[in-house]
Amino acid sequence: MTDKEIIPHLFRTEYGKLVSVLSGKFGLEHIDLAEDIASEAFLAAMDSWPYKGMPGNPVAWLHRVARNKFINHLNRASTFQRNVAGKIRPEIIGNIDADIDLSGQHIRDSQLRMLFTICHPSIAETSQVSLALRILCGFGIQEIADAFMLSTETIAKRLQRAKEKLRSEDIQIDLPDDGQVKVRLDSVLRTIYLLFSEGYYSESHEAVIRKDLCLEAMNLAYLLLETDLTNTHEANSLMSLMCFHASRLESRLSENNELILYDEQDENRWNTELIEKGFYYLQQASKWEIRSKYYLEACIAYWHTVKTNAVEKWDRILGLYDLLVSLDASPIVALNRLYALSKARGKQVAMEEALKLDLKNSHFYFILLADLCKEHDPKSALDYLAMALRLCKTGAEKKFIHRKMDLIANIP
Amino acid sequence: MKEFILVFRHENANGKVSPEQMQQWMKQQMDWVNGIAAKGQFVSGTGLLFDDAKVVDHKKMVTNGPFGDIKETLGGFVIVRAESAEEAAEFAKGTPILQGEGNTVEVRQIMTH
Repeated sequence: MTDKEIIPHLFRTEYGKLVSVLSGKFGLEHIDLAEDIASEAFLAAMDSWPYKGMPGNPVAWLHRVARNKFINHLNRASTFQRNVAGKIRPEIIGNIDADIDLSGQHIRDSQLRMLFTICHPSIAETSQVSLALRILCGFGIQEIADAFMLSTETIAKRLQRAKEKLRSEDIQIDLPDDGQVKVRLDSVLRTIYLLFSEGYYSESHEAVIRKDLCLEAMNLAYLLLETDLTNTHEANSLMSLMCFHASRLESRLSENNELILYDEQDENRWNTELIEKGFYYLQQASKWEIRSKYYLEACIAYWHTVKTNAVEKWDRILGLYDLLVSLDASPIVALNRLYALSKARGKQVAMEEALKLDLKNSHFYFILLADLCKEHDPKSALDYLAMALRLCKTGAEKKFIHRKMDLIANIP
Repeated sequence: MKEFILVFRHENANGKVSPEQMQQWMKQQMDWVNGIAAKGQFVSGTGLLFDDAKVVDHKKMVTNGPFGDIKETLGGFVIVRAESAEEAAEFAKGTPILQGEGNTVEVRQIMTH
């Protein structure tokens, strides 16, 4: 019994590594077996560590146990095959060396290959995110369900279907050909960003889970940056963007779990270490002379970390949004641009442009309209907020809109 | 002081719980054992693996098991020093194993001579 503390999330992290390496050996057909072997290694730890103390090197201990279980399994499978031939595909046994490589480099390669495999175009995006959480990040079904606020049955079915698809399409765990890597990388980045956004924006009441999702997304992006082939402009930009956003994770939720908007955040609670990291990856990304969507978003996020309300800051942000609108015509970008416009050129100018937009199914649109006119026309502002209230879906948003209405109604 | 064995009976958790939950339980069990050890009353203990378990019956028949009617089976034990069975039972109350419904800890004195 040592008083050494166990590394937080050790099992979860090692689960992702072990399943990636073992599936690389067995093939996707036997991914359940890979998951079982990883779990068994942790059960062995549960049976030993509390009574005999933590081993000097817990990670090496887990790897050794997993390797032994893997070898035992192969031995048992080959005996079985001799006795009851035909049950397991013969090539599974024939082609497997009786050992697994658990070096750092091989683990990273395996995880990267697994990440690209999960993001195969035949798998739906929502399933890609769930699979990544399960297989690469070691989340349990209950934990994924909590994070997405869905039932465990839904998540279990989603995972099952996705795994069957991977099998039935006979997808190999590998990186696509050189030409295809760039294309697939787009969907890998999208999945990572989706995972991050789930954590950043979701209303799941579990603040801890939300933060974990963001950190896991960043870990996956880090895998990309460690390999030359995938260390691209876009990957660095996305990493930078996530660092800047994550720097505000602590400051954007109040103690009673209410959303705190940017303007009202306590800047002292911004994480300066993450801001510095974000800046580092932004510089890395700028080495390529491309201005991708992620890059522009990262630049905008950078300017948001600058603690000033100077016109210059909002001028820059507006300029970046002008560029971004040409790459991404989504309503949310248009609305964010209007916010920047109001900061740089005043609410009147922004209001005129806002009224030209047709976004009448978005509650964010009406919240923005209300903000733009609340000083000189509080009555219309309240009407806009009432429309927003009808359109919004989550409890936190409803609370947030009610708070705004109260503030406006109190203006004498 | 006398020695008591605390025998854990619980469900095989494999495949049902997440790695994070396993780690949490292990941490709690570790803290529990460390608490007893801090009083100088912990002797030894271990968990017992479920895989490859066998049961041998009176006809010397060997079967894979135990997979009987009850889900809870022998999962491990610790040996503690205590003045009485009551004190040993107080220790038993602290293990996270009892968080699982149906799980039990049996307290038995060990013959020392």
